[in-house]
Amino acid sequence: MSDDSGAQASAAETGTEAAGSADVALETGSQVPPDDPNDNRWNDALRQILGGSFVISILAVVLALIVGAILIAVTDPGVQQAAGYFFSRPGDTFQAIWNVVSGAYSSLFQGAIYNFGRPTFSAGIRPFTDTLTYATPLIVAGLGVGLGFRTGLFNIGGQGQMLIAAAFCGWIGWSFDLPPVLHLIVAIVAGFVGGAIWAGIAGVLKARTGAHEVIVTIMLNWIAFYLISYLLRTPGALQEHGTNNPKSPAILPNAILPPLFGPQYQLHWGFVISIAATIVVWWLLERSSLGFKFRAVGENPNAARVAGISVKSVIIWALVISGGLVGLAAVDQVLGTTTGGFSSGIDAGIGFDAITVALLGRSRPIGIFVAGVLFGAFKAGGFLMQAANNIPIDIVLVVQSLIVLFIAAPPLVRAIFRLPTPGSKPRTKTPAPTATAEEATAK
Amino acid sequence: MKLELRGITKRFGSLTANDHISLTVEPGEIHCILGENGAGKSTLMNVLYGLLPADEGEILLDDEVQHFEGPGEAMKAGIGMVHQHFMLIPVFTVAENVMLGHESTGFAGFLNLNEARKRVREISAQFGFDVDPDALIEDLPVGVQQRVEIIKALSRDAKVLVFDEPTAVLTPQETDELMTIMRQLRDAGTAIVFITHKLREVREVADRITVMRLGKVVGEASPTASNAELASLMVGRSVELTVQKQAARPGDPALQVRGLTVIDHIGQLVVNDVSFEVRAGEILAIAGVQGNGQTELTEALLGLQQHVEGEIELDGNPLSGLSVRNVLDAGVGFIPEDRNEDGLVAEFSIAENLMLDRSDSAPFVKGGTLQLGFRSTFAAEKVSEFDVRTQSIDTAVGTLSGGNQQKVVLARELSRDLRLLVAAQPTRGLDVGSIEFVHKRIVQARDSGIPVIVVSTELDEVDALADRIAVMYRGGIVGIVPGGTDRETLGIMMAGEQPDDPNGPAPDPHDDEGRSGTRGEAA
Repeated sequence: MSDDSGAQASAAETGTEAAGSADVALETGSQVPPDDPNDNRWNDALRQILGGSFVISILAVVLALIVGAILIAVTDPGVQQAAGYFFSRPGDTFQAIWNVVSGAYSSLFQGAIYNFGRPTFSAGIRPFTDTLTYATPLIVAGLGVGLGFRTGLFNIGGQGQMLIAAAFCGWIGWSFDLPPVLHLIVAIVAGFVGGAIWAGIAGVLKARTGAHEVIVTIMLNWIAFYLISYLLRTPGALQEHGTNNPKSPAILPNAILPPLFGPQYQLHWGFVISIAATIVVWWLLERSSLGFKFRAVGENPNAARVAGISVKSVIIWALVISGGLVGLAAVDQVLGTTTGGFSSGIDAGIGFDAITVALLGRSRPIGIFVAGVLFGAFKAGGFLMQAANNIPIDIVLVVQSLIVLFIAAPPLVRAIFRLPTPGSKPRTKTPAPTATAEEATAK
Repeated sequence: MKLELRGITKRFGSLTANDHISLTVEPGEIHCILGENGAGKSTLMNVLYGLLPADEGEILLDDEVQHFEGPGEAMKAGIGMVHQHFMLIPVFTVAENVMLGHESTGFAGFLNLNEARKRVREISAQFGFDVDPDALIEDLPVGVQQRVEIIKALSRDAKVLVFDEPTAVLTPQETDELMTIMRQLRDAGTAIVFITHKLREVREVADRITVMRLGKVVGEASPTASNAELASLMVGRSVELTVQKQAARPGDPALQVRGLTVIDHIGQLVVNDVSFEVRAGEILAIAGVQGNGQTELTEALLGLQQHVEGEIELDGNPLSGLSVRNVLDAGVGFIPEDRNEDGLVAEFSIAENLMLDRSDSAPFVKGGTLQLGFRSTFAAEKVSEFDVRTQSIDTAVGTLSGGNQQKVVLARELSRDLRLLVAAQPTRGLDVGSIEFVHKRIVQARDSGIPVIVVSTELDEVDALADRIAVMYRGGIVGIVPGGTDRETLGIMMAGEQPDDPNGPAPDPHDDEGRSGTRGEAA
């Protein structure tokens, strides 16, 4: 009944007429006068894709790879040598740059996706299964961290949660002799519970005392690290019998995640768990009552509180589930990849990489899955790149870090690729007649 | 000094906040810029003050084109601004605040405070301000703080003084005093720009009136124009200035509050031993200048305050001590004072916001799963029932205008089975059309037999809606008077004093039958 139909630019011009008849406005209700629906829809769709975070994420990866290529070229001895006589034969420098960069990235590809040097498909595809193996813990841990992000919580305690979860599921894995499937399930649940408890401590502290979860989780990392290190050195605790090494016993066969495509590949059933976890987390966040509260608290805790949502219990539950998911990453490691027993380095930085994965995936389950696979590919391909081309694996770490940097600065990426700012609409020039009419009324 | 704006245009993305605005302010005149919230008044002043660069147009002072890079340059050129929210440091003295930003220093960098004190006394004496230069800002009443702002501007030799919605935080008496000060300044030759959306003030003090709507100057009016004329210029159509309502038919007492005391998180007594009752089917308005405990009172009713003493009973059942969830389940509807902060999740869609306080149980949730089908139907229904202007129910609430946002809040609360409605500042920041809508809905709720509490700092709103009026001052209720009590009496009560008429307690609300309040100046 008034003239405030959204932020329509057209409302400015038609405001007077539109507002003139309240009844008409009531009838049209939710409908906005369509100017030129087709045109608008396509423009909007394009703008959303360009301005949206999806393209930013991809461009961040591209930019990071470009910067990575520059670093590879600059640090390569061959390129440096050729650059020494750049002005007499510049071609050599470019040739050297091309050689080293293309060699590096082709190794990265062949180490991560498909190795063309192998005679059969089943051998050639092996790198891709390795990629998925590396991706498996990153995906579940990324889901955990991402779920925290959606609730407005920064869980950087992945390391501690993984260590505790490793101890839980490992202990079940080697101490008991249970029937095949049951043993595995109990061990997995134990891992989930271990991570959940460790993150839950941070949740309870934040909810009850207001202690910031960043401080608490990072401190709990150290507590877990020294606790597990101690237990791994203590006979009768987590240490393997008959050894002096700080290492746990091997997992019993019944508790090991079986290989997914036969013994020639490393890929194990943990990957199926990550797929399932992705779907469950999607359902939880988008379709469940609990997830609705998570997101409400994440976006506006004040409004959530006024709406009768218990912010405290949401914080605790979000961190418990987040920690449980991170714990599943430890399950992948202990029951899937390093089944011969683990040391205090079992987390392998996954707890921190998960933050990057969650950021790159924009805290959306599907995005995290894709980002996890990409980072798995970096890991798998990085090894071959180092072995075949003698390029330090640090380059891969630099590329990963650059991705985060670019994602954290969307305006930078937009500026480089000259993308439109999200929310801005094409500027329509004020129609001349309106302007003159308005001048007339002003006078 | 003469101020002239020529063709000022400012765009934010697709929104043209200022569209070729031209106006002239002569020295010794009070030029009112009147317009609804969102008309572009504040943007224009920010451009003038150098806070925002204009896309087109120029600013002239005494016919010289100015280019302000920031407020510092604007101040140097002789423009002073009294902001709606004071830019004062509470723990500094008046003199320290006045010298802040252009401190004069003596030997070895010592502050020359005496100079500043002298300046404060000079200006105070000139305009009869009665401000102690050594008083701490935090100890001063709001009205005096505003004078410090004025002194601050004048101490920098401001020849053009901009008042941006200066009366929002003042009692009616303080407002009158401010008007007097503005006239004095005008007579001393200062050019004054007075920005407001309150018609009463405009007509009282303005020499010239420029009306803005949707970023454009829509016309000039003389101070003799009627409220209705000004309002229709502002809104662009004729506005119904009264709330049509029948006399209240109060039923049994529904809400009873006895001895309610609230202590806030820093240990201050914010609500002090408050008792009142609200009957079914009546509107109790809680009037008062902002910050006198109204916010905390409503929060205490809803279970949002930690340290609450006293009894709250709704239909005989105790509400005190319950969690927010349980209070809501007991049938309390709440329209929070700050809808962006407490009422809505900006990034959520309209549909999601409509289920925000029902995220636990049927019909929106079954077996822990959101019932998306039901939610869509419900949202579509409410969007059309409450006339929310939007492209779809999946639009993020944050992109809606204030009026439409408030309609979403209203739709959510009124679609529950209510036993009490608490509306805190339900029309703050809304355009006239939305105010009309919100008021109608609140009266409708009352007529359906729901007891309603409306907290408002706008006397016009209180006047338009109230069946009874409780006036709060410093955490206590000064008195409860019948609806339609005259402004002067309410103003005196808002300053904490008992009105001359000793019959403080409200008589039977049946007395003011058939009354329909006027809301002219709520615009």
